[in-house]
Amino acid sequence: MTKVLELHNITKRFGALTANDDVTLTLDQGEILALLGENGAGKTTLMNILFGHYAADEGHVKVFGQELPPGLPRAAIAAGVGMVHQHFTLAGNLTVLENVMLGSEPLTRLTSARGAARKKLMAIADRFGLPVKPEAKVSSLSVGERQRVEILKALYRDAQVLILDEPTAVLARPEAMRLFETLRDMTKEGLSLIFISHKLHEVMAASDRVAVLRGGRMVAERKTSETSPGELAELMVGRKVERPVRHDHQIGAPVLVADKVRVADGGETRLDDVSFTVHAGEILGIVGVSGNGQAALGALLSGLAHPASGTLTLADQDVGHLGPRGMIRAGAGRVPEDRHAEGVVGELSLWENAVLERLRTPEFSRRGFVRQGAAKAYTDDLIKRFDIRGAAPDTRIRLLSGGNMQKLILGRVLSNGPRFVLANQPTRGLDEGAIAAVHAELLAARAEGAAILLISEELEEAVALSDRIQAIVKGRLSEPISADEADPQRLGLMMAGVWTEDDHAA
Amino acid sequence: MRLERRAHVPLHLVILAPLAAVFTALLLAAGLIAAAGVNPLTAYGEMLTGALGSRLSITEMLTRATPLIFTGLAAAVAFRARLWNIGGEGQFFVGALVTAWIGHSLGVPGWIGIPLLMLAGMAAGAALLAGPAFLRLRFGVDEVVTTLLLNFIVILFVGLMIEGPMRDPLAFGWPSSVPVDGDFRLPDLVPRTRLHIGLLFAIAAAGAVWLVLARTVFGAETRAAGLNASAAAFAGISLPKTIMGVALLSGALAGLAGSVEVMGVTAGVTTTMSPGFGYAGIVVAMLAALHPAGVVAAAVFVATVFVGADAMSRATGVPSFIADVIVALCLLTMIVALLFTTYRVRR
Repeated sequence: MTKVLELHNITKRFGALTANDDVTLTLDQGEILALLGENGAGKTTLMNILFGHYAADEGHVKVFGQELPPGLPRAAIAAGVGMVHQHFTLAGNLTVLENVMLGSEPLTRLTSARGAARKKLMAIADRFGLPVKPEAKVSSLSVGERQRVEILKALYRDAQVLILDEPTAVLARPEAMRLFETLRDMTKEGLSLIFISHKLHEVMAASDRVAVLRGGRMVAERKTSETSPGELAELMVGRKVERPVRHDHQIGAPVLVADKVRVADGGETRLDDVSFTVHAGEILGIVGVSGNGQAALGALLSGLAHPASGTLTLADQDVGHLGPRGMIRAGAGRVPEDRHAEGVVGELSLWENAVLERLRTPEFSRRGFVRQGAAKAYTDDLIKRFDIRGAAPDTRIRLLSGGNMQKLILGRVLSNGPRFVLANQPTRGLDEGAIAAVHAELLAARAEGAAILLISEELEEAVALSDRIQAIVKGRLSEPISADEADPQRLGLMMAGVWTEDDHAA
Repeated sequence: MRLERRAHVPLHLVILAPLAAVFTALLLAAGLIAAAGVNPLTAYGEMLTGALGSRLSITEMLTRATPLIFTGLAAAVAFRARLWNIGGEGQFFVGALVTAWIGHSLGVPGWIGIPLLMLAGMAAGAALLAGPAFLRLRFGVDEVVTTLLLNFIVILFVGLMIEGPMRDPLAFGWPSSVPVDGDFRLPDLVPRTRLHIGLLFAIAAAGAVWLVLARTVFGAETRAAGLNASAAAFAGISLPKTIMGVALLSGALAGLAGSVEVMGVTAGVTTTMSPGFGYAGIVVAMLAALHPAGVVAAAVFVATVFVGADAMSRATGVPSFIADVIVALCLLTMIVALLFTTYRVRR
């Protein structure tokens, strides 16, 4: 086998942090290599060095035996390296063809060779089995189709080595499986691939070889056929981590009831005819592919959106018209979908973030002045109770890891003794240890009788935590099924929008 | 070369940034002074003695610093909440105009009238900024444009008033408004100088603004909304109320600047009474890194440049417009300096 790509002794430091420590990695022709590791393990940094976004402090990169000059993405592209970013870099108002051509033509030319470009694009699409409509506007495409355009964009620039950063983060499972089949076919055409992932089942299903990064170091390399998910998990985390288990217990009375709720945003319906009930001591899981109305559901239960029709009641009180503060007073605790965007103000301290939602309560202010002493004591208490590490009340919260930040958000919600808790993607982007801690807290709140609505894209999580599960598809909810009846096939069908009257009876 | 964000901004950098900015601005302006045929060191020496060389010059400089503290606070309060109030100049003038108008014929003793007139000036400034704030909240109109353009409208309006209804008949055709009643002139702080007790009000205002921003619920909510609007909204902080509150406070401070200037220095309103106090307040706020205590120090610096430039001009013949150049350069260099405090450069 010829080596298409070699990374030799790459070290990259950011201040005191060593993101990559003496990492050596090779890729063979026609191979699919999975780069596995937790968040912060250094996967993305490594790929950014390879692609020239960063320059390594030590070490070098070779493509087809030629050393790449550091820090020049253009050189990486010219050498045949293509990158498909996790967050797409497409212009929605342009067509597929225009997006693909963008940046591949010299600016000094007056005319663009659309005809030739179109021919080349169609030939590539045909050869690699990636069907597209070249004249379709990107904004009209589904997420899966957009990803296809991203891949085509790299191939159009004659990429021989393709790097995919968390390619399935935005895809439903059937779509993800289809993607991996496509990738497999592409290797038969001579392409070599690296994909970054922290999902074990994907790595097992789709790769030839696995390289495991932990704390910036390459800790292991395995042939996929000679390893197991268990071994990989342990390599990735560095110790055995077990997620807590849900125990059956008595479910109480209904706490939060939505009845035929419709939510619209600027004339567009985001939630349609949505009904569900969450009981005391119960976790109701809402599963679905991202972008199917989870954001609107989260906004509704956070007090940021209000029903256009239908009713939302919390402990027999109509709460549909209440804002965030009203929801909190009515007994709701809210964990937002995006920690950084909505959960915390990064430049503020831990204590300011801890009391942000309740600044105007007598507990934390008097006559318009903030009771800093009380707020800091409360934050100290949260730090101890919820095991928030590496922080004092005066630390700026931006400096916390995602897991510790999430623990603070959970802490400020749960310490308030909520009757209802919205947990919107509570473990997104967290590592195994933090996931286990978050799950334990949610299960403890359930044991104490809180009604919890869990919105999750992780099926394993939803099944492990929930008592009942509903799927959300295009702003509509399926009928609930009990978690015991939930197997991956059935959930997959539900998430694809296939639920029948039989399911209603079940 | 790329920029990386610092995890912490150390305190010495926070203090060093404005100093470095000022030094760089003076260095750049030195080139212009040299081009005018004068040794920059001589020129800066004249500037320094002109502003700080005698008891009289120091009081003159502090007189000039007083409105700058108010307008600097006005800009700092607004910018912290990401409300880009460029209208300090206009708010200064409406504050001044309303004070002169009411203060000319108000029949109450001074100790009642002075606070009353200050409140009136504040109300006028606040009202002037409330409009742009409302337009931004309701229709998304950019307040940079509306507040900036309002300055010109206000100054033309002031011209109209002092040529017409508020013309001072005793000014012998000099375009000035009627003066405030003698009872409402602020007492001198230093006898036989122009320095008045307004300076103490300005310093007290800086303390009060610090207290409001650092210790109150309003201050905390403003900070949160300015730094991350969607997180603040998620926490139930009403953005319209916060922005409107900030607008009223900011406008009131700039209006107070005009009010105090009329009662302390000019007595009547003229269109030339401000050498750009409102605009210079923006520079003061930036040099202060939007901190109220820093505003006092930065206002003293800018006043030194203004007053010193006049003396330098008399002694060396370099046009005193160099003061405007230095102050404007300070804004630019400070923005660059702030970049380097937030980020570090890596190869």
